[in-house]
Amino acid sequence: MSFNNILQSIFSALFVASVLRISTPIILPALGGLVSDLSGAINIALEGTMLVAAFTGVVVSAYTESVLLGVIAGILSGLLVAAILGVFHLHLKTDIILAGIAINIMATGGTIFLLYVLTGDKGNSSSLASGSMPFIDIPLIKDIPFLGTAFSGHNILVYVSFLLTWLLAVFLYRTRLGVHLRAVGENAEAAASVGINVLLVRWIALLMSGFFASLGGLNMSMAYLTLFQRDMTAGRGFIALAAVYLGGRKPWGVLIAAIIFGAFDALSNQLGSLDVAPQLVQVIPYVATIVALVVYNIRQKAVALERMRSFQEHELTAQQAVGD
Amino acid sequence: MTPVIEMRNIVKMYSNGVVANKGINFSVERGEIHALVGENGAGKSTLMKILYGLEQPTEGELLLDGKTVEFKSPQEAIANGIGMVHQNFMLVPSFTVAENVVLGAEPLGKGGMLDTKQALQVTADLSKQYGLRVDADAVLDSINVGMRQRVEILKMLYRGAQILILDEPTAVLTPQETQELFVAVRALVDQGKTVVFITHKLREVKEISDRVTVMRDGKLIGTQNTADTTTEDMARMMVGREVFLNVNKAPQNRGDKVMEVQNLSYVSEVGRVMLRNVSFNVYAGEVLGIAGVEGNGQTELVEVLTGLRPAASGDAMVHGKVVTSKTPREVRMAGVAHIPEDRLTNGLALDASIEENLIVDRYFDPPFRKGLMIDRKMVLKQGQDLIEEFNIRTPNGQLPVTSLSGGNMQKVIVAREFSSNPKVLIASQPTRGIDVGATEFIRDQLVQKRTDGAAVLLISADLLEVMSLSDRIIAVYEGEITGVFPDAASVSEEELGLYMLGVKRQSFEEMEAYL
Repeated sequence: MSFNNILQSIFSALFVASVLRISTPIILPALGGLVSDLSGAINIALEGTMLVAAFTGVVVSAYTESVLLGVIAGILSGLLVAAILGVFHLHLKTDIILAGIAINIMATGGTIFLLYVLTGDKGNSSSLASGSMPFIDIPLIKDIPFLGTAFSGHNILVYVSFLLTWLLAVFLYRTRLGVHLRAVGENAEAAASVGINVLLVRWIALLMSGFFASLGGLNMSMAYLTLFQRDMTAGRGFIALAAVYLGGRKPWGVLIAAIIFGAFDALSNQLGSLDVAPQLVQVIPYVATIVALVVYNIRQKAVALERMRSFQEHELTAQQAVGD
Repeated sequence: MTPVIEMRNIVKMYSNGVVANKGINFSVERGEIHALVGENGAGKSTLMKILYGLEQPTEGELLLDGKTVEFKSPQEAIANGIGMVHQNFMLVPSFTVAENVVLGAEPLGKGGMLDTKQALQVTADLSKQYGLRVDADAVLDSINVGMRQRVEILKMLYRGAQILILDEPTAVLTPQETQELFVAVRALVDQGKTVVFITHKLREVKEISDRVTVMRDGKLIGTQNTADTTTEDMARMMVGREVFLNVNKAPQNRGDKVMEVQNLSYVSEVGRVMLRNVSFNVYAGEVLGIAGVEGNGQTELVEVLTGLRPAASGDAMVHGKVVTSKTPREVRMAGVAHIPEDRLTNGLALDASIEENLIVDRYFDPPFRKGLMIDRKMVLKQGQDLIEEFNIRTPNGQLPVTSLSGGNMQKVIVAREFSSNPKVLIASQPTRGIDVGATEFIRDQLVQKRTDGAAVLLISADLLEVMSLSDRIIAVYEGEITGVFPDAASVSEEELGLYMLGVKRQSFEEMEAYL
């Protein structure tokens, strides 16, 4: 496959469709990361939460033969993981990073262990007949040539992730609880001083975070793929955290950042057909994440420094003028 | 007329045994501006915290409009119409002014959504009614300190405060902002509010208050009509003490100029000028004391001189070598030792052992470095020597420094700084919060260093300490030198107090020869 062919495939409706498909399991946990980050706690356990939910959804849907029950169980398992983090972080005052790492390690090992117990296989759950969440054809749009291929026929979670971004934006900026959540994250003392229940708000934020992450996990195991593979989240929970910062800690910004990471991921899939070592190509989304974060931080520092300098100069001259 | 607030026989003893209020009887009339003055640690903040429900009194009662009340939290105080504006603002930086004003009690519109318009309107109305000028839709991060303070006041008014406690409101303001605040405070009182104004700037007391209460050492010294008292009287009430410390001081043998500070200025992160064109010299064989009420630029001066902050302009030199805007290590290499005011943040590495703390300023050079490694034997020996010489109470030097009492921690710092053979020793609050024995020991050591020929710069909030240890004294007020006293022994506490509080001021020509 030549370079031209690659270019052609990138500017195609199918590529757009694949970007959307691949971005969704980054968008959803990124929204979760955003909620907890705004409340003042970095939820580093997004990765583990996704993994647990992905596993639980597959297993429950296979045994109950109900997609709905699988999804509900997956969400509940994600909330449980968030609750464990909450108990350790909010009540026992563990460092949230350490608690999060512990949860991630436990999720990796625990899902493989249970997978082996249930199926006798340590790699994947292909022996279980898992259900799949529905795929949606959008009326009218599905018949338009380019748009139809790009935007119609996706799994329901692709559309849900956009809807949730909008709902989250409304929640954070238009509702009392959302405003309190942001106030707690920025200045908990100030929030407490006006009678806001800081602990309760932090609990709500962590549980919401678990909810979003579990949808991300379910998106991996009960949509395009209908099975659980060991470590199938492959760092998406962490890339989601990067998207939170890159997106300027705002819902729509986070969505766009997650889509950019998804695009790099999709790109590396396309380049897989080129005559390059596949390992090099697979590394692209992760390198892109690091480069993006480094550039972002350097820029932020430069901006802050410049602001400080001009402010000091201005104040000194202004006050000297008055003093004389 | 029943006073709106009456505090009867308030005693506050903290669990560590410190008595901050020793039987205070304090009352405020409705519609007055009542100034509450006193030095740091006089107990005025504690008294106000009790009034605001942040602290519970050990003894005594609180009456509001003649009725006994008890506040277990600030929320209860607010519900009863008492609002307090703290020195460090309780605001959310990324929120708008209006969002901050209504936070916790936001107006709601259709479908339970926030009514932003209503919030903006309420804020603008309050702002207009009380003459507290704010931009309701500006983001807090982008407004200056003066406006932030007005936001805090509006926040309290929005919650229905009738009595406003302002805790050193002018400490963070420029003179222009202070004037603006005073206009607003008068407008508040004209509309029936009552204001308690905590400060230690007597000029402001005169300018703004109807009555003034002076506190000293946990006791209420007196309440007077401001018109019937002078700033001199108030200064005397604030600092008047009888006892003097007994320090054995050898006669002074002043040597050459060691440290030279020229036109030093510093601007804080929030853009306040903390030091303005400060110039002075420190000579070998003298203790130069800096007298000033805390927060008048002393902390910034020390941190600029020791390399912890960059200077905005001006220089400091040690034997002609510039030490400003260098790294702390470069400053130390030039012969400056530093006893920092906060031993827990800047003085010690809390996770390290005692002996490690004793060599943190020199581990990188022989004899403590051998090749690429630290010579543990030398560290052990140095530790043993200094522990003995400075009488640090510990079984051995390998214990964590946090196992020591406050006084002994301070001795670790003193031992380290003194043993580096400094040309200049900068001691900031060297005896704060430590026991009498350690205090006496450290004071003796400081005087000894000076007699041995070091140049000592002493900064202390304890005026007695400054007066009894120093050979020469500089008074500072709002980041400027207001007076210099070439013979520390001949200046009275009252006189010094007037300069520290900005009531009196020497001209530059008067001071020039003695700086």
